[in-house]
Amino acid sequence: MKEEILFSMKSPFRDDFRIKGYRFGQGEKSLAIVGALRGDEVQQLYTCSQLVKELSALEKRRGLPDGVEVLVVPSANPFSMNISKRFWAMDGTDINRMFPGYQLGETTQRIADGVFKALQGYQYGIQLASSYVAGCYVPHVKMLHTGYEDVQVAGLFGLPYVCVRQPLPFDTTLLNYNWQIWDTKAYSLYGGSNDRIDVKVSREVQAAILRFMQRTGLMETSCRTLEGFRPVVFDEQELQVVKAPAPGLFFPFRFVGDQVNKGDLLAHILHPYLGKVEAAITAPASGRLFFTSDRSLTLKGSPLFKICSL
Amino acid sequence: MIKTVVSTGLPVDEEWQIRKNVLTGGTGKMRICIVTGTHGDELEGQYVCYRLNRIVAEHPELLDGTLEIYPALNPLGIDSITRGIPGFDLDMNRIFPGSEEGTVTEQLVHRLMNDLRGADMVIDIHSSNIFLREIPQVRINVNMAGRLVPFAQWLKMDFIWIHEAATVLESTLAHSLNSLGTPTLVVEMGVGMRINHGYCERLVAGILHLMFRMGCWRELPDLSCSPQESVVSAIGGVEFLNAEASGIFLTDSRNNHIVEPGEEIGCVVSPLTGEVLQRVTAPVRGLLFTLRAYPVVYEGSLLARIYKSEVE
Repeated sequence: MKEEILFSMKSPFRDDFRIKGYRFGQGEKSLAIVGALRGDEVQQLYTCSQLVKELSALEKRRGLPDGVEVLVVPSANPFSMNISKRFWAMDGTDINRMFPGYQLGETTQRIADGVFKALQGYQYGIQLASSYVAGCYVPHVKMLHTGYEDVQVAGLFGLPYVCVRQPLPFDTTLLNYNWQIWDTKAYSLYGGSNDRIDVKVSREVQAAILRFMQRTGLMETSCRTLEGFRPVVFDEQELQVVKAPAPGLFFPFRFVGDQVNKGDLLAHILHPYLGKVEAAITAPASGRLFFTSDRSLTLKGSPLFKICSL
Repeated sequence: MIKTVVSTGLPVDEEWQIRKNVLTGGTGKMRICIVTGTHGDELEGQYVCYRLNRIVAEHPELLDGTLEIYPALNPLGIDSITRGIPGFDLDMNRIFPGSEEGTVTEQLVHRLMNDLRGADMVIDIHSSNIFLREIPQVRINVNMAGRLVPFAQWLKMDFIWIHEAATVLESTLAHSLNSLGTPTLVVEMGVGMRINHGYCERLVAGILHLMFRMGCWRELPDLSCSPQESVVSAIGGVEFLNAEASGIFLTDSRNNHIVEPGEEIGCVVSPLTGEVLQRVTAPVRGLLFTLRAYPVVYEGSLLARIYKSEVE
């Protein structure tokens, strides 16, 4: 394992800003894994740190084939992590909406440029991502439909779901989108929520990445990995969205990953002052809870659940 | 008449409302919409809305059509000194035209679009952000320039910046409305969290002038403080000056003047060591139309913009 500083920048008042990478093996740029791009992506940081440990052990016991090089970037935004901000603290911009970056541009464009230069040219790219729709997600692979996406290969992670999203204009500045445009097969892995470590979900994601490595020849076949799933592939718009019919206190009875039947009681919304049930939310369809909101307060119309009925 | 354009329930005993004041006069059918407050730290539009309301209230006989004033597209942001929407990740001006299937913000934006759609002119007032000070200007996507520049000239701002198209900007309010055939002009001026009365008065006069030209205001306003013609940029004519060192940006310069090549605009210094880390000079002759207002800078922070051709 080699530790490298991939990008650094002076701060007016703080320690230097550094993005570190951990390189395993030597040879073709085979796989790059990126953890936190935002300051609250603690689950993603944790998963990367465990992968660094795992890959280090793997390298020592010659589990990486000759000619394979893997890069892990646990965090591209330690500054925001250290002060509990999701975005770049100075101006509130999001590094993950600055790709491919610009060397002569604004600060976060320069950071994105520095990170992207280090991440370009890899055959496969994995980002441990988070959504702007805050909540808890079933472990899954998400791909942006760019015309370059490779859904078949996404199945090699062995996660239960592969979700394809039609990109909106604001998605064209994401790492995933630009990786694909620059010839890297890119996959975003989601699971759990952001700022809490869920060890069980993290282990599922770690296992999926190792499984993917083995199935794509980036890890010796003699190494033991878990079996995994044959995934359900769907367009994000096929998910059934359950919105809050009233504002108030959100009390879920069913949680992410649960299998539910049509008509099952999913949650109550309580009046914030009177405590009475304002609305009882039932499942509009049978399926698995793919997403649940993790906020205790809800606006009227907020997406609280997303059900995968496939 | 005050109307609620969109509304939804916040968790604890409050409605999230976007409101407008609809002013009508005469028999004209023209509908002009003034929108502002998308970014909660931009306040110039508040003054403009106030003044337009007052002027129409004092001279209702001059209005021949409908003027709709939307002072706060992001009321929660303005009220909490937050640029974006509190509790929501994305810039409100990057999620248009919105969707009924999305988050609450995307739903509200979608309904707002439907309300604005079909207006004869929408003027979307911004005031940069807290970091940069801008001269009064209209910004137009190059693909819309042919249609919009004549209207923009009527606003009598100092500068019309025709900028290159970018995919990410397709999700702005202005682009979304223009794509639907509702002409929309974006005005930028001043600096975040402050109100420049002089700039605002000029924009008020410019809006009344545009309404006069479009046939829904019956009096030519006083334009004595406005330029005869706006400077219209050519593509590629804008030079960006970014910080090459992190530190404190000091400047005695002011924007809205012609700088000469080599002229000092400011410097980036280190308070810890006393060093001058970067001397910022004009690389070209041109109109200094953007100047940094917030002193703390990182490498890459935008310090100034100069329009470098046809500036006489």
